[in-house]
Amino acid sequence: MKRIRISIGILTIALVTLTATSCRDTKKENNNEDGHHPEMESEDGQHNEEGEMHHDTTMKSSNDMMDAGQNTAKSTILVVNYLKLKDALVADDKEGAAKAGGTMVTAFNNFDTSSFTSEQQKELKDIIDDAKEHAEHIEKSPIDHQREHFDVLSKDMIDLIAITGTEEKLYQDFCPMYNNNKGAQWLSTTKEIKNPYYGAKMMSCGSIQKEIN
Amino acid sequence: MLALLVGFVGIQFIPTSRNQSAIVPKTDFMVVNDVPNQVESIIKTSCYDCHSNNTEYPWYNKMQPVAWFLEDHVQHGKEELNFNEWADLSSRRKNSKLKSILSQIEDGEMPLWSYTLVHREAKLSEDEKKIVLEWVSKLKEGLK
Repeated sequence: MKRIRISIGILTIALVTLTATSCRDTKKENNNEDGHHPEMESEDGQHNEEGEMHHDTTMKSSNDMMDAGQNTAKSTILVVNYLKLKDALVADDKEGAAKAGGTMVTAFNNFDTSSFTSEQQKELKDIIDDAKEHAEHIEKSPIDHQREHFDVLSKDMIDLIAITGTEEKLYQDFCPMYNNNKGAQWLSTTKEIKNPYYGAKMMSCGSIQKEIN
Repeated sequence: MLALLVGFVGIQFIPTSRNQSAIVPKTDFMVVNDVPNQVESIIKTSCYDCHSNNTEYPWYNKMQPVAWFLEDHVQHGKEELNFNEWADLSSRRKNSKLKSILSQIEDGEMPLWSYTLVHREAKLSEDEKKIVLEWVSKLKEGLK
């Protein structure tokens, strides 16, 4: 009897897995398709951005300052959603954090690096690849994991802003306790310390490390 | 019951692709890092089946539906982390991956319980956990 129950169990698992697999397989296939046609992909990418590219070149030739301003503006949607994520973690709001994480994933996907120098592009790609993965995890993790990923995501954002600049006035804050007393940084728009790593437990733990802008 | 049995036998004939490669690339975690034997053996036993290009397939992993179940884990696992491609990662990425490895092992989320259910030897004992965590932490510190 026990055996039968085990085999039924296994079959149920198999069924569930199959359902899950089929979903994932579709995703995989899409990935593979992309992988099979790398040239196609970049061509497509260029086509999509062509409108914007023309825009960029006109901007560049007319005014270099404007171009810098445009690059700065590109980080805005990321900064805005990063701050939403930070506020959600301050408020111990897992759902809000997950939502902001999801929006960041999209924003990272849409981030267009074409107007940066090739060296900056390389570094931005590295930062974005990394940050996107953390944002993805934040989208689907319990709050303590969200905070772990937020720690690294914050570092990524600080590095990203160092390249792109930002339109907002930001404070780089530091909580010395998080991460087994190794400490963790975050970005905020206010002077007042509101700790996203501990939330209500230790709201005012931390200090301002640096002002950005 | 008979239907179940027939079904079980039937699905054995559905072919599955296998994740197997005899080549250990130069970018492999164990090649580019100076890994102590004990740590290497633990990581290879407990992680490499799903996080590298080569899965060890004991008989029960060739049986359906276990094989499907495993294949799905392998695909997903390699997307998250492939030890064979370690050296291709930037130090930023390495740092993030090591952080995830530490927290996944610490919290007992990896190796997956559904995997250790059939793969008893992959289950990490408390001692093994400690050994791996200590060494990986050191590696992570050294990155900075």
